[in-house]
Amino acid sequence: MTAVVDTDPAPAHGVRAGAFGNATHLICRECGANAPLGPFYACTECFGPLEVGYEFPQISRERIEAGPRSIWRYAPLLPVPADIATFRSTDPGFTRLVDARNLADDLGLKQLWVKDDSGNPTHSFKDRVVAVALSAARELGLQVLACPSTGNLANAVAAAAARAGIKSVVLVPHNLEKQKILASAIYDTTLIAIEGTYDDVNKLASEIAAEEEGWAFVNVNVRPYYAEGSKTLGYEIAEQLGWRLPDQVVVPVASGAQLTKIDKGFRELIKLGLVEDRPFVIFGAQATGCSPVAQAFRAGQDFVAPVKPDTVAKSLAIGNPADGPYVLDVVRRTGGAVADVDDDTLVANIQRLARTEGIFAETAGGVVVGVTAKLLADGVLNPEGETVVINSGDGLKTLDAVAARVGPDITIPPRYEAFIDFWKERNS
Amino acid sequence: MSATVRIPTILRTYTGGAGEVSADGSTLAEVLNSLEDSHPGIRARILDDAGALRRFVNVYVGDDDVRFIGGLDAKVTEGTRISIIPAVAGGADS
Repeated sequence: MTAVVDTDPAPAHGVRAGAFGNATHLICRECGANAPLGPFYACTECFGPLEVGYEFPQISRERIEAGPRSIWRYAPLLPVPADIATFRSTDPGFTRLVDARNLADDLGLKQLWVKDDSGNPTHSFKDRVVAVALSAARELGLQVLACPSTGNLANAVAAAAARAGIKSVVLVPHNLEKQKILASAIYDTTLIAIEGTYDDVNKLASEIAAEEEGWAFVNVNVRPYYAEGSKTLGYEIAEQLGWRLPDQVVVPVASGAQLTKIDKGFRELIKLGLVEDRPFVIFGAQATGCSPVAQAFRAGQDFVAPVKPDTVAKSLAIGNPADGPYVLDVVRRTGGAVADVDDDTLVANIQRLARTEGIFAETAGGVVVGVTAKLLADGVLNPEGETVVINSGDGLKTLDAVAARVGPDITIPPRYEAFIDFWKERNS
Repeated sequence: MSATVRIPTILRTYTGGAGEVSADGSTLAEVLNSLEDSHPGIRARILDDAGALRRFVNVYVGDDDVRFIGGLDAKVTEGTRISIIPAVAGGADS
C-alpha cells in the first residue's frame, strides 16, 4: 500500500505516537520525494502537492462494521489516531445511498444510486474533510481552524470548531450571498469579508498560512490530511453496496480532490482484500462556465489551463484546479471521461433529481445529474452498468439558482370556489 | 525596475530566511534572473527544466495570476509586488 520510505518517517517533533494512525509519511505526488508527517503541504523539491502514505495492517469487514455510524468506522484507513471517536467532532459521514429507480428510468439506466451527502451535519461533503483536518490540527498543536471559502467549507469549519471548542476564522468574498454568511456566522466563528473575488481570498489565505504559526488552514497547510477525508465517500459506497464496487461513478469536479480520493479509496479497498478486484470507471462533471478539466480532457492534454469562472455552480467554480491533472490521470486510467453542462441544463437537472427522487441538490448535484444524462446520450456511460452519482450538498444552500424556475402555480383568495375552479382546470 | 518579491516558506533557505527580497527587471523572467543572481539555485525551484513555470507554483504580479497576463513575459513596473505561492491551496469546494 505504500512506497518504501527513504527519509525518516518519524512524525514532526512534538507529535505524539499514533497521532496519525497508520499513516507513516507524506509523499510528493509529482516527484515522489518523501516528507515527515507534519504541517507540510508543498514539496520542497518541486512545489508538488503532498499526499499521505500508509502502512496498513490487516483490516476486516467485521471490524469496520462494528465501528460508529460515521467516517470514524474507517479510522484505520485515515490519518487519525485510533481513539479519534473519543474527541468531539461533528461525526460526519455514513450518509444514505439512495436506490434511485425513478431517476434511473428517466435517464434510461438499469441501476442507479445517489450517494446523498447533503445528509452531513452542515449539509455538504465538506464535513468529512474538515473532520480529518480538525484531527490533524489538534495533533499538530495548531490552535486556529481556518479556511478561505465561498460557502460549504466555511459552514463546515465553523461548525466543527464550535463542536471541538477551538477558535475558527473563515475568509469569504465580501459580496457572498447573505444566507451563506449567516450559515457560518451562526457558529460564532470570526468571519472576515474580503474585498475581492474567491481567488483573491484564496491567495490571501495562502499568505497568512505561510506567515502565521498555529493556524490550520484546512485546505491549505493541512490539505494532505483534509483531502483524505474524501476517501470515505468511496469506502461508504462500497460498504453500502454490500462490499462491492459499482461499475461506474460520476463525481463533481472543482479542485478535483474528491474524484481522485474516491479512486484512491476504491483502490485501497481492493488492495486490502475488502472488495473484489474488478474494473470500475470514474467520470468527472463540471459546469461549462468553469470547465478547465473537461476542456483539457477533450483536447487530450495532461495539463489544465486555468480559466476565469462564470457559472451559477459557485461550489464548483475553481478556475485553476490543483488536482486537475490527477483527475485526467484517473479518468483516463479507468476508461472514464470529464464532461460539462451549461447553467440552464444544470438547473433543469436539479429539478429532475427533485422531481424523480425527492432529493433537493445544490448546483453541484445538478451538474452531476446533467452530465450523467449527457454521457449516456453520447454513448460514453454504459446504460447497463451499475452507476453511482454523488450529490455533494443541499439545495437549500443555493436557492437562488432555482428561484426563477419554481414557485406557486397560482395565488387565489381563501375561498373553496376559487380552489375548485383552479383544481378542475388543472385536471381537465 | 525594482520589484519586491514575496518568498514562500519552502524557498526561504535560499534567501537566508527572508520572506521578502528585492529584485530587478521589466518582465517576470528578468526578475527571476535577478533573483537567481542574488540567491543562486532559487530559479530552478520555480521553473522546470524546460524553463517554464512549474505546474504547482502560482506567481502573482500585483494581484494578477501571471498565467493570465503573459506568463514569464508579464510586465513588471517600478515598485511592483510579486508573490510566489504554492498552488495546492484548494478551492471553494469539491
